[in-house]
Amino acid sequence: MTRRPTRLDKKFDILRERTERGTLKAASSNRALNKLASNKLAVLGLAFVTIMILASVFAPLVTQYDPQKVDLRMMLKPPSADHILGTDKIGRDVFARIIYGGRISILVGLGSALGAALIGVSIGAYTAYKGGWLDSTFLRISEVVMSFPQIILVLMLVTILGQSLMNLIIIFTLTGWGSLYRLTRAQMLSLREEEYVQALRAFGLNTFTICFKHILPNALGPIMVNITLSTAMFILQEAGLSFLGLGVPLNIPTWGNILNVAQDLRILQNYWWVWLPSAMTISLFVLAINFVGDGLRDTTDPTMQG
Amino acid sequence: MPSQEKILHIKGIKTHFPVRKGLLRTVAAHVKAVDGVDLEIYRGETLGLVGESGCGKTTLGKSIIQLVEAVSGQILYYEGEQTFDLLNLSPEEFKHIRQKIQIVFQDPHSSLNPAFTVFGSLQDPLKLYGVKTKAERRKIIGDLLEAVNMRREQMDNYPHEFSGGQRQRIGIARALCVNPEIVICDEAVSALDVSIQAQVLQLLQEIKEARGLTYIFITHDLSVVEYISDRVAVMYLGKIVELAESEALYRTPRHPYTQALLSAIPIADLDRKSERIVLEGDVPNPVSPPSGCAFHPRCPKFKSLSEPEKQHCMGESPQLSDATQLTQPHLVSCHYPN
Repeated sequence: MTRRPTRLDKKFDILRERTERGTLKAASSNRALNKLASNKLAVLGLAFVTIMILASVFAPLVTQYDPQKVDLRMMLKPPSADHILGTDKIGRDVFARIIYGGRISILVGLGSALGAALIGVSIGAYTAYKGGWLDSTFLRISEVVMSFPQIILVLMLVTILGQSLMNLIIIFTLTGWGSLYRLTRAQMLSLREEEYVQALRAFGLNTFTICFKHILPNALGPIMVNITLSTAMFILQEAGLSFLGLGVPLNIPTWGNILNVAQDLRILQNYWWVWLPSAMTISLFVLAINFVGDGLRDTTDPTMQG
Repeated sequence: MPSQEKILHIKGIKTHFPVRKGLLRTVAAHVKAVDGVDLEIYRGETLGLVGESGCGKTTLGKSIIQLVEAVSGQILYYEGEQTFDLLNLSPEEFKHIRQKIQIVFQDPHSSLNPAFTVFGSLQDPLKLYGVKTKAERRKIIGDLLEAVNMRREQMDNYPHEFSGGQRQRIGIARALCVNPEIVICDEAVSALDVSIQAQVLQLLQEIKEARGLTYIFITHDLSVVEYISDRVAVMYLGKIVELAESEALYRTPRHPYTQALLSAIPIADLDRKSERIVLEGDVPNPVSPPSGCAFHPRCPKFKSLSEPEKQHCMGESPQLSDATQLTQPHLVSCHYPN
């Protein structure tokens, strides 16, 4: 019986030919990079995230409009050649606001997620591996942090620390590390019982090497996914807090601030260009981050083929 | 042929695990996993450690290598003129001894780190014991893989790319990578199918002869033990109940428990009628072992004893002592051995 040769058959033929000639070599480039590169969604996501980050950083080169400049003659104009995404209630260019808004939204989202991950993962991994009173202490601390109403905690912290971008990141990090800590802890609790961990202990390797170098890579999959999810969550939280006047002041453009005008029913119904592009940007960015996260998860798992 | 030179002397080792109960997590009782084991191990021998599940044989192995902490007793390790008490070491001595005793685990699927290649898993211990350059480490690991009948290039493969038998051989290579003197094989072949078992046992034998190792072979598989061991210790409920040369123990078991165990080995011979001694009940709870001889509630011989003899069994715990007075010691812990 014959079957149609597939893409893989060709690959195998090439490999066999090379083996027979004795010229087959182990792949010299990085295995993880190869795997990431062959994952189309991850590459697409990474490209989108990179473009968004570059565009926000070099915003003045992308658009000539000042995102805060009010132009009362150009209120609520639909998209045109001059303003490619139109203008908002007080005549500010929507495209410029989205591009400049990315600076703060991406910084808050990614920065807080990475900060929370750094704290949550390192505490979670170490205390779960050590166990005992250290583990129970941090478990209680995280329970207290997570059970406290977040908005009140944020109010308190804003009052103490003052209202600024940096403080917002610190606050998100302090209130958000709990879930990543929990996740890492749960992973570590099961992984530390594996026999390879005992073998490493039998060699007398130190706790840090065993914990962070040998066990943690096995827990990274779910952690990566969780980081991407918290990035999305923090971007939206920033929007919510800004609306309450607790986050970034409303005149400074962020994706959340732009979206807030959609609370006005008149604008929601009649002027789609004011809020839709910003909403799409948030969704696309979060989606792209998720794809990157999934890609990273797959590359860290050696049982997945590229 | 094993010498009579002691390499390890285990004296009255006890490993208890606390059972915590209630709101305040107070210690309600102790699981006496290992409850007073005395054992001498000679350089170059293979000591089989057998017993049913939960009798404490793995815990004893892990206590020796200090993966679990013993609550009392001494483990003496002899090296030349020096003697080290393993439970009382300075940090430098500890590092030195860690290298001398290694362990091969039971489950080939959880005993290798899935996130690392073989080289990645094995290089950190080598670094710790002073192999500085990567080229040297690759050479050592390559040599080890060849020693366990694998190809040198396979060090760059991940664990999921190997079969169970191959993984177990990598586990052996890992234990050997720091040049140990004693290797504890904790059910090292139990998870493999029979033909692979034979291969791995053969390999273990060859390595032992080539490197002059001492094995402590923990298993519940009596036919494996018979094949590989010079001496066999039978454990029951945290204690050693019989300890003898392998041949003597298989030919003339003296403890009723050993007799019951041996009678359970299936024999492929139609004409032979073996009398199977069936033990009743389960292993008692090691939290509260029976009084006197811990085996008496299940002992087939106990029933046929007279009343004062029964009282003796129930009242006094028997000591492990030489019952035969032959040239080779045959220790048994029973008041009324055969």
